[in-house]
Amino acid sequence: MNQRARYHPVAGTAAWIVALVMFFPIFWMVLASFKPELEAIATPPEVFFTPTLENYQTILERADYLSFAFNSIFISVGATALAIALAVPAAYAMAFYPTKRTRGTLLWMLSTKMLPSVGVLVPIYLFAKNLGLLDTRTLLIIMYMLMNLPIVVWMLFTFFKEMPKAIIEATRIDGASQWQTMIWVLLPLVLPGIASTALLNIILCWNEAFWSLNLTAHDAAPLTAFIASFSAPQGLFWAKLSAASTLAIAPIVVFGWFSQRQLVSGLTFGAVK
Amino acid sequence: MSHADVAVAMPTALRRPKNTGAHVSTLPMVVPSVGLLLIFSLVPLAATIYFSFLRYNLLNPLVGGFAGFRNYYYLFRDPALYHSLLISVLLVGEVLIITIASAAVLASLFQKQFPGRSIARVLMISPFFVMPTVSALIWKNLLMHPVNGFIAWITRSLGFGVIDFFADWPLTSVVVIVSWQWMPFAFLIMLTALQSLDEETREAADLDGAGPFSIFFHIEVPHMGRAISVVTMMETIFLLGIFAEIYVTTSGGPGDATTNLTFLIYQRALLAFNVGGASAAGVIAIVLANILATFMVRIVGKGLDV
Repeated sequence: MNQRARYHPVAGTAAWIVALVMFFPIFWMVLASFKPELEAIATPPEVFFTPTLENYQTILERADYLSFAFNSIFISVGATALAIALAVPAAYAMAFYPTKRTRGTLLWMLSTKMLPSVGVLVPIYLFAKNLGLLDTRTLLIIMYMLMNLPIVVWMLFTFFKEMPKAIIEATRIDGASQWQTMIWVLLPLVLPGIASTALLNIILCWNEAFWSLNLTAHDAAPLTAFIASFSAPQGLFWAKLSAASTLAIAPIVVFGWFSQRQLVSGLTFGAVK
Repeated sequence: MSHADVAVAMPTALRRPKNTGAHVSTLPMVVPSVGLLLIFSLVPLAATIYFSFLRYNLLNPLVGGFAGFRNYYYLFRDPALYHSLLISVLLVGEVLIITIASAAVLASLFQKQFPGRSIARVLMISPFFVMPTVSALIWKNLLMHPVNGFIAWITRSLGFGVIDFFADWPLTSVVVIVSWQWMPFAFLIMLTALQSLDEETREAADLDGAGPFSIFFHIEVPHMGRAISVVTMMETIFLLGIFAEIYVTTSGGPGDATTNLTFLIYQRALLAFNVGGASAAGVIAIVLANILATFMVRIVGKGLDV
């Protein structure tokens, strides 16, 4: 093989083909959202058509998109911020001052993620109802925070673990307290790690569809509920459904595109030595 | 280990054993998250166990009282339980195999240099950002629809006739959708792992005459070993609870062909309003999840240096 060949034409072509195939369903949906209804279901598929914004107009008239979108943003960011605030101290302590129980605690936290949400839906629903929290953003923020806390702790733990221990020793000798060391010395160092943890967490919250559908009705309903309200058979056709779907995923997909570099380097879960 | 090295390297006079090592009280840092998680996993669990011993049907307020083990008795005699377990296992297993195998190959392709690599990578991982309900809708209506779907058009043009995916291959169709969503996740983690492989190892193998296949199987795959076990655990966690994709596409059918345990509990609790029976199934699910979790974390925990 040629040592100086920087580009791999075969690998590149194969990679591009797969990438285009993977992206095709999304592209096809966005395309359908700009088609008139009849052309959206036409076979053979229409590739050349006069784009129309009519579908978007109908959707925006029928539902208050901005309110759903606001709820999605508010809940995802709120739950993520809360989870990180709670997880940073725990991950710091576990990474730098491991005890006999640390390993067990960490693995136990992860195992709680395997519990089926549906198994505890009834009690959670009843608690929320009794506390008057049904259909509030607060409830979803709490649920999502708890749902993702194990993953956040684990990811942050792996990032803290990569920090040299000498830094801690040095600051501690200078007389800094635990909290000071964590906040002023380590936090800035693991900031990239925190960023990718937050990114993943926001994506997971944004797309969560079980709790949001079962615990909200109107006031706190995020975009997952927005799309569910259209997927029920009520005479809504494919082009309009595609427009609603595009509206529901556009913010998070664009957000994901811009943060992909961070995601690519940060999603290691400690798998990289 | 580096902990000890540092301690030795420092002058004895400077050492303050009180402040270092495991003697420091880190409890206030750990308690909030562990405590919250403990409360919020144990309290609903206790409530679910309690409900599972009740006759509790939301549709029939006249039926009430203690049911003893009757809910469990009926559940264990119900073939639907075992069938749903089988579906859960098949769903998780098939998706894991598909996503990990293809992500390994793709990670190997994407760590090579080629024009437009970062754009191709963005396109590649996009499905991960799409919410499950939407991806189920796209596949169901726009791609896999037997009359107007894109795939039907292709198969018809090629002369294969039309495949009614959700009627003839329901579980496979769900597996395809779920794999499409989760492959980018496996890909991201495995690509990151592969990027840490130093170029010299690969070049040395190249010089020794190793072809691309033997580099892939003997150098790259072993290097991704830890990443693969991490992906296996993370995906299992998420895939056991697969719900939205089934709800939107097949509603568990046709018959019970795509009813996994999560969906079975949902049907019992929210469609049949049988809270007692659903809670019993929930308890079974929790027990099984714990058994599985113990195995999983053993495997992953081995590589996890805590």
